[in-house]
Amino acid sequence: MTDDMTAIFRDELRDLLDSLERGLLDLTSNPDDPSLINQVFRDLHTVKGSGAMFGFADLAAFIHKFETFFEHVRSGRLKITPEIIRLSLAARDQIPGLVDGIPDPDGQRAAILAAVTALMPGATPAAATDAATDAPAGADTETDPPAAEGPSRLVFRFVGDALGLGAQPEIILDELRALGATGIVADLDDVPTLDSLQVDQCLFTWSMDLPATVAESDIEEVFVFAEVDWTLTRSTATEADQATQGHDFDLTDPETADTGTPQGHVAAPQAAAPAPLPPAAPLAAVPDHPAATQMPQAATIRVPAERLDALMDSVGELVIVEARLTELARLSRDPALMSTAEQITRLAAGLRDATMTMRMVPMRSLVARFRRLVMDLSANLGKPVTFSVLGEDTELDKTVIEKLADPLVHILRNALDHGMETVAQRAEAGKSPVGVIELSAEHSGAEVLIRVRDDGRGMNADRIRAKAVAQGLIGADTVLSQQQLLSLVFEPGFSTAEAITELSGRGVGMDVVRRTIESLRGQIEIESALGKGTTVTLRLPLTLAIIEGLLIEVAGEKYTLPMASVHEIVALPPEKATAKRGGDFLDIRGSFVPFLRLRHLFDCKGDPPGEQNVVIVQSGEARVGIVVDRIVGTNQTVIKQMSKLHSSVRAVSGATILGDGSVALILDVGHLIGNGRVAPTESGKSDSLKEVAA
Amino acid sequence: MKLAKLKAERTVTLVTMALGNQTLALPTMYLREILDPLPATRVPGAGPFVPQVVNVRGAVVPQANLKVAFGIPADSTDPGLTADRRRILVLELQIDGENAMVAIEADAVHEVATIETERLETVPAAASEWPPEYLTGLYRGQDGFVLLPDLPAIFSAQVTRPAAVS
Repeated sequence: MTDDMTAIFRDELRDLLDSLERGLLDLTSNPDDPSLINQVFRDLHTVKGSGAMFGFADLAAFIHKFETFFEHVRSGRLKITPEIIRLSLAARDQIPGLVDGIPDPDGQRAAILAAVTALMPGATPAAATDAATDAPAGADTETDPPAAEGPSRLVFRFVGDALGLGAQPEIILDELRALGATGIVADLDDVPTLDSLQVDQCLFTWSMDLPATVAESDIEEVFVFAEVDWTLTRSTATEADQATQGHDFDLTDPETADTGTPQGHVAAPQAAAPAPLPPAAPLAAVPDHPAATQMPQAATIRVPAERLDALMDSVGELVIVEARLTELARLSRDPALMSTAEQITRLAAGLRDATMTMRMVPMRSLVARFRRLVMDLSANLGKPVTFSVLGEDTELDKTVIEKLADPLVHILRNALDHGMETVAQRAEAGKSPVGVIELSAEHSGAEVLIRVRDDGRGMNADRIRAKAVAQGLIGADTVLSQQQLLSLVFEPGFSTAEAITELSGRGVGMDVVRRTIESLRGQIEIESALGKGTTVTLRLPLTLAIIEGLLIEVAGEKYTLPMASVHEIVALPPEKATAKRGGDFLDIRGSFVPFLRLRHLFDCKGDPPGEQNVVIVQSGEARVGIVVDRIVGTNQTVIKQMSKLHSSVRAVSGATILGDGSVALILDVGHLIGNGRVAPTESGKSDSLKEVAA
Repeated sequence: MKLAKLKAERTVTLVTMALGNQTLALPTMYLREILDPLPATRVPGAGPFVPQVVNVRGAVVPQANLKVAFGIPADSTDPGLTADRRRILVLELQIDGENAMVAIEADAVHEVATIETERLETVPAAASEWPPEYLTGLYRGQDGFVLLPDLPAIFSAQVTRPAAVS
C-alpha cells in the first residue's frame, strides 16, 4: 500500500464523511426523503468500496454490516427514527478510527452493529442473511470452496471472565480473518435484558465460515490466550453456496471485475487483513470524535473544477486582449503606452502560466490504480510480470488525465492479456518467465509521451496485412510501412478476434481508444517486433487551453499551426512553385518529404506570391510540408472549439482570436499529414489509405 | 419551434428582417444581439450555408447565410436597401440537442413587433416555394407575407447532414 493511494483515499474519505454526516443530519428533519436516504446509502457504499479497494478490510467489513442494515431503511422496511440517526452518526464517527487502525477496546463498533442488528425487521439475532456478505474483501476466495469438502463452521464464545482478563474479541476476530474466516456473525441470543446484564461478561457468541484448509490446531493457536468455548463443524458445500447468495453488493461480482477498473478487484483476505492490532491503546488515547482530530486538513485547497475552468477562460480572454493592446501600442508609437503594454504582457504571461500549472496533475495520481490492475490481472491470468513505472511526476492537464484512465486501462489489459505469453511459451522462446510491462511518461516539447511497453510476443504484421486485405481495408498491393500496417488495428472494422489469436482483443475497442486520444488532440502510435514485444505510444498535448502557435498566411487568410508540431521552415524551391503531377516531394537533407499546397487544398483564388515557404510539420515519425504564402510569426493561441455546424471540416481542429479581433483557424496537423501521405498516390485506394493514415 | 407551441401564448414578439426580396420574422427569445457586420473568417470546405466564423465578444461563432437554406439567389436584395443597412443577428438556440450560438446575415433589420398568435397561419404545403420543414408558419404583414423560419430545424439538419466535402 503506497502512501499516495492512501492519501487519495483519505482525501476522498473526508468528503464522503462530510456528505454522509450532512445527509444524516438532513434526515433528522426530513426522515422520509428517499433521495436523502439514497444519498446516505450511496456514500456508505462508496466508503465501503474504496475502503476494500485500498485494503482497509476492517473498514469494509464494518460498513458492510451497517450497510446491510441501512438497506432495510432504503427499501422502506424500516422507518427512520432518531435512534437510527444516532446509531448511524455513531457508526460514521467510527470510520476514521477504522482507517487509522485504532483499536476499539470498549467494543463500540460491535455495540453499534449489535444495536442495528436488533432493529432489523424480523431479523433473528443471528442475522442469518448477513452471513455471506460479511467480508466483502474476501468473498472471492470462499465463494469457490473445495468441491470435496465444504468449509468448516466455527462457533465460539468467551467463558468466565475472559474479558476481565484482557481478552480482545477484536484481535481474535482479526486473527480468524487472517485464517480466511468469513461471514462472521455475532449471535446475541444470550444477551439478557438490561436489568440482568453483567457488564463484565461477554455474552456474544460468534460464528463464522472457515476454509476447509484450516486445521483445528490453527484455531487452537488463535485461542491460546483466551478462555474460549469453541466448536468446529464441517458443513457441506451446498450450504456454503446458499449462504453466499442473495446480496447485491458483492464487490467481486464478475460484471464489475470484467470492466477492468481497479475497483473491480479486491484483495483476498489473506493479503488485505492487517496484522493483528497492537495491544490496546489506553482509553484516553481514543478521542471522542475521531473525525474531528484524526483527519488534519492538508496544506492544500481543493477547488471545484468549474472554478478553475472559469479562471482559465478569463485568462484566455486576457491573453487575447493583451495581444490586441500590444498591437495598438505598437501602432501608437507612444513610449509610455508601449511600456505599459509590455508590463501587461508580462503579467498576463505569469497569470497564464500560474493558471495552467494549477490545472496540472502528476501522472502518479493515475498510476496508483494501474499497479493494482496489473497485479490482479497478472495473478488471474497466471502470467507473472514486473510492472515498472517511469516518470510518475510528469504533469498533464487535469482534463487530459481524467480522460486517459480508460484508454490506458485498455492498453494495459491488452498488453497483459494478449501481448504477454504464458510462462510455458516464454520458456520455449527462451525468455525469462517473468514478463516486463513498463509504463513511462515524459515531456517532449509541448507534448507528453506516454508509453506502454511489453516484452511479449509482439504483433504479426503479415497476418494483420492478410486480415486487412481480406476485410477490404487495404488493397492487396497497397504499400504500407510497418507502422501504418500496425495502425490498422485501430480501425473500427478491424476485427482480429478469431484469425489472429495472438492479437485477439487488440482490435476490440482499440478504435475507441484512438478516438478518445484524438478527442484530446493527441495521437496514438504502435510499434511491435515479432517475438520481442509491443510498444504503444500516446502523444498528448500538455494542455487543451492555450498553446504556442505559428501564424501563417495563405491568400490573405491567416491560419495557426501548433508550434509543437512545427519541425522547420524552408523556402519552396522555385522549380516546385507550380503544381506538377506526382512531383510534390521536397528533398530535406537527403530524405523525401511530401508536401501539399494550402492554396490548392483550401481552394484559394489568385496567384501565389513569388516566394513561398514550406512549413514542415511532424507528428511521430510522419512529416509533411505545408506550402504557405507567408509566415506571420508566433502567437499565444487560446483554443476555441469549432461549432458543431463545422464538425465535418476535418482540416481544422479549432479556432483562435488574433490581436486584431479576427478569427484564425487552427489547422489539424494529423489530418494534414494524412492528406500529405495520400497526395503522391493516385486512384481510389488512396481513400481507404487516408482513413488509415489520418 | 412548432406553430402549436407558439399558439399556446396569446402574443409573440418577433424581430423582422429582410433577406433578399423576402421578409422573415424570428421570435425574440432566440435573439441575443444585433450587430453591424463583423470581419468574418472563411472556413475552407464548410459549404455555402455556414461558410464563415466571426468573433462575437471573444466567442468564435459560426455565421450562416439563410439565403442558401431557402434557395434565395445570393444577389437578390431589395433595391431599396443599401449595404449599410446590413446586420448580423446573433442567436442562441438548440442545435441537435445542445445550446449553441450562431450568427445569421440579414440585408436589413426592420423592427421588433408583438403580434397576436391567432394571426399566424400554417404554410400551405402545395403552394409554397419554400422547403416546408424549414418553416414554422407565416402571417400577413403590411407588404405581403412574413415567414417564420424554423431555425432549430434548419441548423440541426445542417449538423446531421452527411459531411460536406472538406
